[in-house]
Amino acid sequence: MAEKFELNEVEVWDGNYAASQALRQAQIDVVAAYPITPSTPIVEGYGAYVANGFVDGEFVMVESEHAAMSGCVGAAAAGGRVATATSSQGFALMVEVLYQASGMRLPIVLTVVNRALASPLNVRGDHSDMYLGRDSGWIQIDAFNSQEAYDLPLCAFKIGEDMSVRLPVMVHQDGFTTSHKAQNVNPLQDDVAYNFIGDYVPVDEMLDFTRPVTHGAQTEEDWHYEHKAKQHKALMDSRSVIDKVFAEFKELTGREYKRVETYMMEDAEVAIVILGSSVETAVLAAKQIREEEGLKVGIIAPRCIRPFPYDLIRDAIDDASNLKAICCMDKSAPGGAMGMLFNEVSAAAYTTDTRPFITNYIYGLGGRDFAIDEVKRIMKEQKAHIDAGHITTNIQQFSGLRGPKLGFYETRRS
Amino acid sequence: MSLQGNDKRGIRELGAEEKVGWDEVTQGVVLNSFVGESENSAFLKAEERNYNDFNSYTATVASWRIIKPVYNRDICIDCQNCWVWCPDTSIISRDKQMLGIDYDHCKGCGVCVEVCPTNPKSLLMFNETIENEDALAGWPVKEKKEKK
Repeated sequence: MAEKFELNEVEVWDGNYAASQALRQAQIDVVAAYPITPSTPIVEGYGAYVANGFVDGEFVMVESEHAAMSGCVGAAAAGGRVATATSSQGFALMVEVLYQASGMRLPIVLTVVNRALASPLNVRGDHSDMYLGRDSGWIQIDAFNSQEAYDLPLCAFKIGEDMSVRLPVMVHQDGFTTSHKAQNVNPLQDDVAYNFIGDYVPVDEMLDFTRPVTHGAQTEEDWHYEHKAKQHKALMDSRSVIDKVFAEFKELTGREYKRVETYMMEDAEVAIVILGSSVETAVLAAKQIREEEGLKVGIIAPRCIRPFPYDLIRDAIDDASNLKAICCMDKSAPGGAMGMLFNEVSAAAYTTDTRPFITNYIYGLGGRDFAIDEVKRIMKEQKAHIDAGHITTNIQQFSGLRGPKLGFYETRRS
Repeated sequence: MSLQGNDKRGIRELGAEEKVGWDEVTQGVVLNSFVGESENSAFLKAEERNYNDFNSYTATVASWRIIKPVYNRDICIDCQNCWVWCPDTSIISRDKQMLGIDYDHCKGCGVCVEVCPTNPKSLLMFNETIENEDALAGWPVKEKKEKK
């Protein structure tokens, strides 16, 4: 029987430590892991809990991230609660197996500490790895600070393991700005956290010898399509379960999470759509610019990347009756297109009656600093679009980039 | 070869199973090996198990093969080499006695012929179009060792 961990009402934890404590409290059966900066301390911490008797499960050290996720898939198919952590290149190496995990409907929890993808090699935080996972069929939830990096893995187990979901869940946090920044965290005591998640209930587990099953079958054109459609429906329908679990978590802790977080949107003329630790920077900038310039700016922060919350994004746009301009900020190299947030938010906005201007900024690649003054400049630029009655800049621009101004596409809307 | 009346071995072509819509396929592409609970399946012979329609046992893939092994009972010494080596469990043996080939699942790889130790061999590969009776009628005779 695992030892209990004595926790204070308030602890000072960085995002990595917060995530590793959440994994410990979930009493996982198997963690198969390979270390990579900046997520290493999650599994390093977890390994210490195993060695010191705080966990009853198995800790498997493997030769690569591909093997780590493969081990997780095997253990989850066998019938255990399973989790691991990774970042960046390790995440990229896992990608093949991420698709297997979701297609096999295995509720694995992956804590991803977001980091840029090479080349050039870079260990700092951007959202390239998070974006790389967005077609993998996993639920993706984003933590903006250490408290959320603790809370959301607890929710992730409960969401993924729900009988109507049975899908793997990623919980993201930003490399270094969240993972290595110590903040006050209010943890739950071990029993409270575990009871919130509940005992693991396996489905079609391979270790049930009374009902032998095959996992990971091959299907061709006659079956593959139906299975992928069923999987997609489960992912789309997981929205209501995510809402339900967040509501239960609020009841337990008083801390409220939504699939889309909004700040000061009630009277906003300008909205910034943004993810991760930058959300707090943007909220602070919005507060300052309201005081300094009287410019009414609100923030829309998708908590859930997949399933993408088209419903709540539309609500946020519709409910803000003064909203005239939206700037979507993507912290990932867009690779020949607009940024992901621009594309998804534009699609959501296009089917509402309000048609705000929508522009796209790429920012913070490879951990480039994203300061409050720059956010305020971008906010003022949105106001200039509104005053001119059209988008006055290129639709896609780059924030904090040295060299000549870089941008793509002008508006054709009059 | 059917060992029992209710044996479901190769009862239909692979892909001829009933097609259902996305709302009826199994979650996670899980395929149940047997119909209902089957606690003692490990202790039952294949032909005694109640295989599910999605177990490959019930599907025939005979059409994948262009050459086939033919088995000659008169020469076989029941050594079980072919049973051990067959990659598709297509050698049927009961109580250490060789019964024949599972032609529904044999792919015609010829490993059984390679590992057969008798002289002449008790298994030989023939074109799929040749009847087994004709193959057996023309079976080669024992090769004599060359004198030194």
